[in-house]
Amino acid sequence: MIDKRYQSAADAVADVPDGASVMIGGFGEAGSPIELIHALIDQGARDLTVISNNTGSGEVGLAALLKAGRVSKVVCSFPRTANSTVFPDLYRSGRIELELVPQGTLAERIRAGGAGIPAFFTPAAVGTPLAEGKESREFDGKEYLMERGLRADFALIKGRRADPYGNVVYSKTARNFGPIMAMAARVAVVQVNEIVEAGMLDPEVVVTPGIFVSRVVGVASPMHESELVAAGATYP
Amino acid sequence: MTTGEEQIGWSRDEMARRLALDIPNGSYVNLGIGIPELVAKFVPAGRTLIYHTENGLLGMGPSPAPGEGDPELINAGKRQVTAIAGASYFHHADSFAMIRGGHIDLCVLGAMQVAQNGDLANWSTGEPGAIPAVGGAMDLVAGVKSVYVITQHCTKTGEPKLVDRCTYPLTGRGVINRVYTDLAVVDVTRDGFRVVELAPGVEFEYVRERTGAPLLRSAPLATGQCHEHACGCDAKRRPV
Repeated sequence: MIDKRYQSAADAVADVPDGASVMIGGFGEAGSPIELIHALIDQGARDLTVISNNTGSGEVGLAALLKAGRVSKVVCSFPRTANSTVFPDLYRSGRIELELVPQGTLAERIRAGGAGIPAFFTPAAVGTPLAEGKESREFDGKEYLMERGLRADFALIKGRRADPYGNVVYSKTARNFGPIMAMAARVAVVQVNEIVEAGMLDPEVVVTPGIFVSRVVGVASPMHESELVAAGATYP
Repeated sequence: MTTGEEQIGWSRDEMARRLALDIPNGSYVNLGIGIPELVAKFVPAGRTLIYHTENGLLGMGPSPAPGEGDPELINAGKRQVTAIAGASYFHHADSFAMIRGGHIDLCVLGAMQVAQNGDLANWSTGEPGAIPAVGGAMDLVAGVKSVYVITQHCTKTGEPKLVDRCTYPLTGRGVINRVYTDLAVVDVTRDGFRVVELAPGVEFEYVRERTGAPLLRSAPLATGQCHEHACGCDAKRRPV
């Protein structure tokens, strides 16, 4: 019997080591696995490389992980938010490294990493500063840049519902990077509002097949970043 | 808005209305954040457009009624939206496959600068200390079939945004098809910028003085020259 259920978010992230690469799902607050991120803050791992579309807002969730000084590098497409000063302060004072990646390239790098594709060519960013140092090649008269597939030690993801086999369905636009990060991480940890018995998820609508997921944790009423930020919450 | 200068040309809403006229029925459209979002308000009756938002929704609807929003249903600007009947959700790699794979018909973006060869700069001023953030703009301009810019003709300090060469870091090279400003509709052609329509009461010379590159007048309209708009544009776009 396969059972990927973990009792708590703390248990599910307990073995993340210093220096690990961690993909963190979410686009803005949609899909941001706040409870898993907070458990990672409590756990204490340092010198992390975080791969995520954004860098969080306020001083909760991803922004709190950065604020706690646990992250040495972010790989990111849009590290700027109207209501967060955490990343800008770290970046301007030289305390964090940024690898800026166009959003579609970031998504495809993660997908490729998970699919066993070490590199691919994309038309995005040709002729821009983000092309510097990258190999380029012409196909059918058009120029493309070579981009590398991306893998990570862990992925922290938020889903809506999962079963003990690790099959996952998501909620609306909170799906975003979840399915591809699950593929690209050695250990994909998914928090879901609800864990159901095997057979309760229609195989026709499973979005992430369980083979890509190592651990599932039930978080019945996950917090929403915007509400925490509006309330002035900080973590820890 | 007080500009110290007499209000001349199109308002933001009028710019958006003018652009909306040019989008064919049934198009799959990605609207950027800011003025581009206004376009959705002015789609002529009888046309249906399907809006794509790159964070994973095809069939984006308007903002929710107060109190009915869902923090997990947002657009690329991270604002709460709705999904129309017939919408679909998908992950980010699929979303950008729609973009990069040429499945989206039209993208409308804002701009800091557009050059006469179609280069676009809209993501960074390149100033030291600025936080670089690019989002999906580079993928959109590289992959979407037609890319329109909607922007004020000049910056707040009066500098032209339509220029000979972009001085800001590029978003993409030779990617812009057409620009809608408060003063004119301007095509990017092989020969450079060409005005295809002036806002009411705006003279060609007035626009030329505020443009940082040579500006051509549109040739007299030849019927059928452009299948999409009958406007004399470069006809790079697909026929309706």
